[in-house]
Amino acid sequence: MSSTPATRAAVRRPKYYDLSLAHLPPGGLASILHRVSGAPLFFPSQPLLLWFLQSTLGSEEGYRRFAGLYAHPFVKVVLLAFVWAFAHHFFAGIRYLFLDMHIGIARSPERKSAIAVMVLGVLATIAVGVCIW
Amino acid sequence: MVKQYTKNPVGAHYGTRGFLIQRFTAVVMAVYTIAAIVVIAMRRPAGYAGYKALFAGAFGLFTLLFLAALLYHAWIGVRDILMDYVKPTGVRLAFQFVVAAMLVFYFIWAAALFWGRWA
Repeated sequence: MSSTPATRAAVRRPKYYDLSLAHLPPGGLASILHRVSGAPLFFPSQPLLLWFLQSTLGSEEGYRRFAGLYAHPFVKVVLLAFVWAFAHHFFAGIRYLFLDMHIGIARSPERKSAIAVMVLGVLATIAVGVCIW
Repeated sequence: MVKQYTKNPVGAHYGTRGFLIQRFTAVVMAVYTIAAIVVIAMRRPAGYAGYKALFAGAFGLFTLLFLAALLYHAWIGVRDILMDYVKPTGVRLAFQFVVAAMLVFYFIWAAALFWGRWA
C-alpha cells in the first residue's frame, strides 16, 4: 500500500512528545538517581570533606568550630542531603555489582532490587537523621 | 547498499579498563565504609583527643586509600557524565581538563593531610 505525500499529510497522527507520559521503570529511576547522587559526591562533597578533615584534624579550635556548625539544624539538613546521595549511590552501586555478575537480571528481581535500593537509601538517611538530631 | 560506518572508532579497550577500575574502587570504598562504621561504633572516640587518635593508626592509612579510590572513581564517573551531555569536543576536553586538575589537587591535599599519620 503506497500513499502519496498529500494523503499522508492529511492523516492526523497523535504525537506523544510529552516525555512525562513515557513510563520510567524502577530500574531506570534507580539508574538516573545513581547519576544524580553521584554528581554532588564529586562536587561539592569532595572539597567540603577535605576542608572538614583538614580543619578538624588540624587543631582543637577547628574541631570546636565544626562542632558548633554541626549544631545548626540547617547544617544537619544539608548533611542529610549528602547522606542520601552517598547511601543511594552505595546501595544502587552494590546492585550494579550483582547485575554485572548476572545475578538478578531477570525482569522481576531486577525491578524488586531497584525498588529495594531506593527504599534503602531513604531508610539509611532517616536512620542517620534520627541519630544526629 | 550497506551504509558506510562513519563513526570515529576510539579504543584500545580503555572503556573496559575504566569499567573494571570503577568496580574495583567501588568495592574498596564499600569495604571502608562498613569497616569505618564498625570501628567508630566500637571505639566511640570522645572529644578532640579521641577523634585525632582514631586517625593515628591504620584507620588513617585506610582513609587515605578510601580518598584515593573516591577520586579515581569520581574521574571515571564525571568523565562519563561529560561524554553524555557535553557534545562539542573542545568544550568537553576543557571540562575534563578542569575536572582532572581538581582531582589531582584533591589527591595532593589528601596525601598531605594523611601521609605519615599512621606511623
